[in-house]
Amino acid sequence: MIAIVDYGVGNLFSLYSSLKSLSLDTVIAKDKETIEKADKIILPGVGAFKDARDKLKETGLDKVVIREAKEGKPLLGICLGMQMLFEKSFEYGEHTGLALIKGSVVPLSGRITSLKIPHMGWNSLDMNFESRLYKYVSGGEYVYFVHSFYADCQRDNISATSFYGIDVTASVESGNVFGTQFHPEKSGIVGLRILKAFSEIK
Amino acid sequence: MLAKRIIPCLDIRDGRVVKGVNFLNVKDVENPVALAKRYSDSGADELVFYDITASFEGRRLFTDILKKVAESIFIPLTVGGGISTVEDFDRVLKCGADKVSVNTGAIDNPRLIGEAAKRYGDQCVVLSMDVKRVDGKFMVFKKGGREYTGIDAIEWAKRGESEGAGEIVLNSIDTDGVKKGFDLEMLSAICEAVNIPVIASGGAGNIEHFVELFKNVPKVDAGLAASIFHFGEVDILDLKKELRKNQIEVRL
Repeated sequence: MIAIVDYGVGNLFSLYSSLKSLSLDTVIAKDKETIEKADKIILPGVGAFKDARDKLKETGLDKVVIREAKEGKPLLGICLGMQMLFEKSFEYGEHTGLALIKGSVVPLSGRITSLKIPHMGWNSLDMNFESRLYKYVSGGEYVYFVHSFYADCQRDNISATSFYGIDVTASVESGNVFGTQFHPEKSGIVGLRILKAFSEIK
Repeated sequence: MLAKRIIPCLDIRDGRVVKGVNFLNVKDVENPVALAKRYSDSGADELVFYDITASFEGRRLFTDILKKVAESIFIPLTVGGGISTVEDFDRVLKCGADKVSVNTGAIDNPRLIGEAAKRYGDQCVVLSMDVKRVDGKFMVFKKGGREYTGIDAIEWAKRGESEGAGEIVLNSIDTDGVKKGFDLEMLSAICEAVNIPVIASGGAGNIEHFVELFKNVPKVDAGLAASIFHFGEVDILDLKKELRKNQIEVRL
């Protein structure tokens, strides 16, 4: 069973529907017990880092997610959910994340020039290493991005990048912890394949 | 690099897809859920749903249709038509929309853009503009292109950006439905004025018009059309292949 962590941020409808379309046993989890029972966790998120981090903290689910991930349960952070996996974010100040992967979240502005921000639309994946997440996907395939901040982390943790003036971190992983800056639930068939691959990770 | 997007637009009335010629003589085409699925399968990068009657008849959007689409199609969905309050945003976002397009509602209350952007993020707010030349100037019309507002389109686009719109759909009333190509002059003018994505709408009649659009107005991010896709005059896959042949980056 896959638990989508519901901490009151954003819309889980598409993510839930996309997993259902793959006939995957999926629940929207608002409580600690459901997350503990599940064999995989997805941490979604949209909006501002601080708001999302605060809400996750208020629900107390942050501790459960950290503990379960550290015990080896596969975790997938999506978009802001991915950004929260890092130690800190510099979005409107400096805020601490879940610190499951080393690195921080920094703005695209100042690092790219003459391109529009947010980085919004379909961009192609450049694979950095063979990831279990990309079992059914090849380099050059397109996924859907909407973001103004990105993960600045060790190259070893970056499974794919997308070029947008610079190599933007598209996905990260460290052991059983995975993250995609893009939205697999909005990336058509390629996105569905990524979700399917995640569901198969042991 | 970021791909140029091809976006079919589905104008919805009474639960059916329709497309007008110069906004009049509306013809019924197809079931929106089936059509959306067909587009997604053939490579559409995004879908736009407009409730074309909502704006002037105050009709509520057919959220059940939206929900059905969002349950089976996993590409970005934009919804517009009759959006005049933050509650309207909430209603369609809950049904699976990713972006919400405002037109008349934003003209009547420009603060709506900022309020929605603050609550849902800039990327969620699309400013849709129906624009027509009046005495040599680009002017904004509302209520489905029926009512003159006296607002200058360049100024309105800039205002929209500063209020927090994440994207602009520029629909040229002058070229809409005529199928003689996009309004390159109008698009260039708006693209020069703002630094947010601009989606071209109105006038596409064949594949060559899209090539011409992206070659001549490289700042344009996406091309939107309705009837040429609905009636099968242009196949999205063929269109994207032709764009790629012309060195225009697309998702294939």
